[in-house]
Amino acid sequence: MLPNDGADAVEHPLRQVGKSLPHESATRHVQGSALYIDDLPEPEGTLHIAIGGSPVARGRIVTLDLEAVRSAAGVVAVLTAADIPGKNDVSPAMGDDPMFAETHVEFVGQALFAVVAETRDAARRAVRLVKSQFEEDKPSITVEDALDRNETVLPDYAFGRGEPAKALTEAPVKLSGQFRIGGQEHFYLEGQVSFAMPGEGDEMLVHASSQHPTEVQHVVARVLGIPDAYVTSEVRRMGGGFGGKESQASQWAAIAALAARFTRKPCKLRLDRDDDMMLTGKRHDFRVDWQLGAHADGTIQSADISLLARCGYSADLSQGVVDRSMFHADNSYYLPDVRVSSRRLKTNTVSNTAFRGFGGPQGMLAMERMIDALASATGRDPLDIRKANFYRPGGEHTPFGMQVEDHDVLHALVDQLERSSDYRARREAIDAFNRESPLIRRGLALTPVKFGISFTLTQMNQGAALVHVYSDGSVHLNHGGTEMGQGLFLKVAQIVAEEFGISMDRIRVMPTSTGKVPNTSPTAASAGTDLNGMAAMLAAKAIKARMTAFAAETHGVDPAEIVFRDDMVAVGQLTLGFGELAKACHAGRIHLSEASHYKTPKVVWDRANAVGRPFYYFAYGAACSEVAIDTLTGEMKVERVDILHDVGRSLNPAIDIGQIEGGFVQGLGWLTTEELVYDDKGRLRTHAPSTYKIPVASDIPVDFRVALFDGANREDTVYRSKAVGEPPVMLAISVYSAILNAIQSLQPGTPVPLNAPATPEEILKAVQALGGGGGF
Amino acid sequence: MTRSTISFLRRGQRVDIANPDPKATLLDWLRLEERSTGTKEGCAEGDCGACTVVLARERDGQLVYEPVNACILLLGQADGADVITIEDLAEKGELHKIQSAMVEHHGSQCGFCTPGIVMSLFALYHEGKASVDRPDVNEALSGNLCRCTGYTPIVKAALQALADPATDQFDAKAEETLEAFKQFRQLEDVFVGNDEAFFAAPAAESSLAYLIQKYPDATLIAGATDVGLWITKGLMPLKRLIWLGRIKGLAAIEETELTLSFGAGVTHQMAMPRLAALDTDFGELARRFGSRQVRASGTVVGNIANGSPIGDWPPAFIALGASVELRNGFSNRSVPLEEFFIAYKQQNREPGEYIRRITLSKPGPNDHIRLFKVTKRRDEDISSVMAAFRITVEDGLISQARIAFGGMAGIPKRASAAEAAIIGLPIKDISTWRAGAEGLTADFSPLSDHRASAEYRMRVARNLVIKALAEIAGVPSSSTRISGLREVSHAAE
Repeated sequence: MLPNDGADAVEHPLRQVGKSLPHESATRHVQGSALYIDDLPEPEGTLHIAIGGSPVARGRIVTLDLEAVRSAAGVVAVLTAADIPGKNDVSPAMGDDPMFAETHVEFVGQALFAVVAETRDAARRAVRLVKSQFEEDKPSITVEDALDRNETVLPDYAFGRGEPAKALTEAPVKLSGQFRIGGQEHFYLEGQVSFAMPGEGDEMLVHASSQHPTEVQHVVARVLGIPDAYVTSEVRRMGGGFGGKESQASQWAAIAALAARFTRKPCKLRLDRDDDMMLTGKRHDFRVDWQLGAHADGTIQSADISLLARCGYSADLSQGVVDRSMFHADNSYYLPDVRVSSRRLKTNTVSNTAFRGFGGPQGMLAMERMIDALASATGRDPLDIRKANFYRPGGEHTPFGMQVEDHDVLHALVDQLERSSDYRARREAIDAFNRESPLIRRGLALTPVKFGISFTLTQMNQGAALVHVYSDGSVHLNHGGTEMGQGLFLKVAQIVAEEFGISMDRIRVMPTSTGKVPNTSPTAASAGTDLNGMAAMLAAKAIKARMTAFAAETHGVDPAEIVFRDDMVAVGQLTLGFGELAKACHAGRIHLSEASHYKTPKVVWDRANAVGRPFYYFAYGAACSEVAIDTLTGEMKVERVDILHDVGRSLNPAIDIGQIEGGFVQGLGWLTTEELVYDDKGRLRTHAPSTYKIPVASDIPVDFRVALFDGANREDTVYRSKAVGEPPVMLAISVYSAILNAIQSLQPGTPVPLNAPATPEEILKAVQALGGGGGF
Repeated sequence: MTRSTISFLRRGQRVDIANPDPKATLLDWLRLEERSTGTKEGCAEGDCGACTVVLARERDGQLVYEPVNACILLLGQADGADVITIEDLAEKGELHKIQSAMVEHHGSQCGFCTPGIVMSLFALYHEGKASVDRPDVNEALSGNLCRCTGYTPIVKAALQALADPATDQFDAKAEETLEAFKQFRQLEDVFVGNDEAFFAAPAAESSLAYLIQKYPDATLIAGATDVGLWITKGLMPLKRLIWLGRIKGLAAIEETELTLSFGAGVTHQMAMPRLAALDTDFGELARRFGSRQVRASGTVVGNIANGSPIGDWPPAFIALGASVELRNGFSNRSVPLEEFFIAYKQQNREPGEYIRRITLSKPGPNDHIRLFKVTKRRDEDISSVMAAFRITVEDGLISQARIAFGGMAGIPKRASAAEAAIIGLPIKDISTWRAGAEGLTADFSPLSDHRASAEYRMRVARNLVIKALAEIAGVPSSSTRISGLREVSHAAE
């Protein structure tokens, strides 16, 4: 018997799925032969583009004199809003992101014009010759600036249940606080880049380093004023995305396409790193105002969480991002009477955007911060407070009304990690250490993650694939997902190879192209494999069914006796090569190509009324981190980290562990060393790796233990796997919590005023607030 | 005789470049001219390592392989080297040991940083260490950012590939390479270009003196780890460049019983063992200086000449006691290092003068050295506060104190008031430590910037005085530090 669907398949020995195969491009990565967009051979006459941006954060453009720019050496064209044949709009939805500012500017760096020149160097030099004047207005930079002006990019939104205000006044333990969560630069190693090739008439092919080729296609068509069908957008691989190339790759693609249309030459736009950091959005930073009411034993009665998100100058994806912050402001805890509210504040800074976790990490950090405050106030171990408040029978519904059906997974996972990390014994050891150590303090924390999987905009929960079997038995695999390093192409290929019973080298994974699979969702929300893997499996199944039927009929055997395995097809007593059967099928006029489509079941979300089930399922995980801090300088070191994470049945354990480790470290950077500093003029002062510090190898704990939780997804996902891209980022909250714990040891019971990121300066400030930081 | 091409080896062949833009970078030459696109540009400022390539050169008869950031290394600086890039490692379709270990351990995800990482590990491979441990790997990767993997699989790959020393095809043809270097005639000056725009690489100080007198406005470069950014980020139209890297005399390290001196061509990496021998903290500071790539190109003297208020070496050297030798044409003068820095971006250096060497006074038996570099990220970062102490203790009393700070003023500066406050006091008294900390308020009024606030800088500076004096008084560093422990380092020695 062969598997008929993913769920059954796990009952049978699998040949490809579940194996730790290396990344499909690994051997090319290590030889430098994997081609990124800037590596593609340049056709003769290729031109290069550089962007001229606004020097001021808010104001009116008085003059924009481009004469010197136009006459600079090597310059072929200078493009402004006036040159746009279609709409001056590169926004994902709201129409509020002009490709080039026309009358007003809203952030430092906002694109005013583009220089097209014979070399990139000539284009960059020419940009600096602009003479412009602005009538400056005082910019809004901070949350408070935006609150003062009462400016938002989207309406406020809230949900909840019960009577939190009343419950808060009645609670025996009442806590409140305010803290700040910093943003984060994606720092994909490959910066934004697009290469546009003009075709016949209005046709345009755009190679864009984008997680959302369909949006690139739509935006290019919109800007050029042509139908979508004239534009093809393609991407083989990205050098990292992390959400930063979801909506914010479109502008560069559209500028490249406009230049190509204007000059009739291939045009490439690759942003310089500093420009990339100043001109593209980041993870949203927040101010969180919170109140918590609890019983004396630390069980939460009520919570009021206000999330003030700094969105930048336009909406971009802020509706979904901040909604997800709200969806995760409960993290893993049942909050009986609750209100979660949010404001999407407008500031004169670059428009903040998707970043791995999509708002979830900020909401979750807010809740974990509250839990730590509650533990401190009640004098109980933070882990006990966490466990006491987990979703449980009788407390199963989230603040947005969705039932958490599998909270037992969370309990089991945390219990297992508590044991394997030796949490209790280490807690005692750390307490003992701290009693004897005036200058160096240690902290320990075990924090959970519960992350909802699905796009919260329900319509995006669809995937599609196009699979061809050629008559030699080689397979051409196309789907709507993009490869940014996460191993999606490999996982989907493993699924298809499994289905056909063939070896991996028969499968050619193709670049993602809007010409092959149309109307795709972005590769985002951790859903790449769930959607595209399932679609590709359905396509392979359909082709296999036709091949099976043909073989059964030709050889007069029962279809149930036909087995595809090890590049062979057993047809009763007869054994054919897979290629042999493919050839025979073609001769027998059997269609060996299939386009298939998958939509996630069960998800429904009525945002206006805040009812439904926005997520198909939850992914769980937990991490236990130990840190040491220096109370004289605020310096911090992560001593040990234990992670246990739930990926359902893993499609590829090595890839999944890579996502877990990499996600954790990215979260570690967000919460410790990565600090975005804007000055009062709205200029980003940390716009390069010299000043913006993502983790390096020595920041990783030497003692770093990562394990996969054993268990299948209870929902019917592809091979019962679970999404893994985003949830691990939030495992790093354990480090933040451990830092807080170390500071708390200076004065138990006193609130710790620690903002994120916990830089040495921020840690020292909190240490001083608890009476430390002065030495002996 | 003067050679009028920039010449280097590439895959065994000699490459001669007659008319380069003097400010062209090696990365641009690789990607735009040679069209070898395996080497990536990640930041164009030498901070991410995606552009790492390896330069092999002859040093004392041996081939020395060093990783460099091709994005800020000028093409001319490759002169005389074997330029090795990621495309060159696999041989006849077979991956290099480093490459296959990276595949096996899932060391790449998006793959964009991978070529640079492989090249950094390739350089470590050729350091020929008997065994390689985690700190060695961290150090080798200090200048390589990876945003996907979290480094763990890369470290595993490195530890496996470097577990036992082996030879590769580069070792096999080392003799051939060394022989090929001879054609570059290292004693001959190199001058490429014309009076208006040139890249000059004199082979002798006399040629250098001549060039400086003839072209007083020329830009001197040693490692170009700073000037490289003037070009890639500042887009400065530099036309006349003189590189010090070919002058053998300037690469000299001289050591006596009392002094240690480094010529203007001595890189941080070359200086590292000598500095580490002065004191454990010097070794740790050297290890944390920039990144492996920056240490391979940048020079100790360059870190002084650049005049930055936040350089790592100036405070450390001021505390130690150091003087710089300035040369103009054929005349020399010597200036104590603390007097070299006059004000922000202003140094005691006449037009046409260059720093020829720096001479350090080695600590004596009663001297205690403590160096602290406080940063947002431990490795490859610029300090918010850098503190350096040379404290002489005799009979339990502080007899002399030299304390210097970086990041606390417009220049690296001595803390005279703090020094005065503790001289003559007992080292073991907490009140002494506090007096030192208190003294700093008269010494500094730091600024706020994106690295740290003024308040933080002052608080940390005071605390570092306490930390240093407490340690010197005998408090073990395991009670005062979270890393860079002195006891551990001693044990390892």
